[in-house]
Amino acid sequence: MTFEEKVSWVYGAVAVVVFGVYFTSILGQARNTAVTEIAFQQPMLIAIGATVAASILGGILVGISKPSEADKSDARDKEINRFGEYVGGSVLGFGMVLPLGLTLVKADHFWIANAICAALVLSTLVSTIVKLVAYRRGL
Amino acid sequence: MGKATRVTNEIRRLRFANGEMTQADLADRIGLTRQTIIAIEQGRYSPSLEMAFRIAQVFKVPLDDVFAYPDKSES
Repeated sequence: MTFEEKVSWVYGAVAVVVFGVYFTSILGQARNTAVTEIAFQQPMLIAIGATVAASILGGILVGISKPSEADKSDARDKEINRFGEYVGGSVLGFGMVLPLGLTLVKADHFWIANAICAALVLSTLVSTIVKLVAYRRGL
Repeated sequence: MGKATRVTNEIRRLRFANGEMTQADLADRIGLTRQTIIAIEQGRYSPSLEMAFRIAQVFKVPLDDVFAYPDKSES
């Protein structure tokens, strides 16, 4: 497994764990509480910060585990990365239709912010999965 | 995605004919990762023309001796 592939696994795993916890917690509260009462802003910022920090830390640990391969990438890695980002970008574009619609119907900020967040997470996950499949099965 | 390339190659045979060169040795000599050499050998990745020429140069053979593409009639 190349350094880039391992890093993709880390990014995907971090996004699943961190935002899995975030959405479970926030949407759990939404069942019993009016959304205007839910303080989602701080947990969302913490989740985003934790994702960035854990991804950087994970990348460093992957590099330390095999220093000879750290930061080593070639044309195939770049092609796979570009393809994954392209697909992820398309998902993000389509994903933004929902928050746009919510804005047009003047939905609560809770739903708009979380729809944007969900689209970002979904695009990251799709991008990561596409890259991992490309590494295993070929472009 | 997931569709194997139709480009066939003789890299594995050429490596063994050249002093049992390892995939890692070949990768180092042309600036690729070992995993990319594995992917090319297994037909999971089609290298760029430049990459293909560099591989052929390592074995000191023409490009045709390393890579082949089947005629339409063969497919």
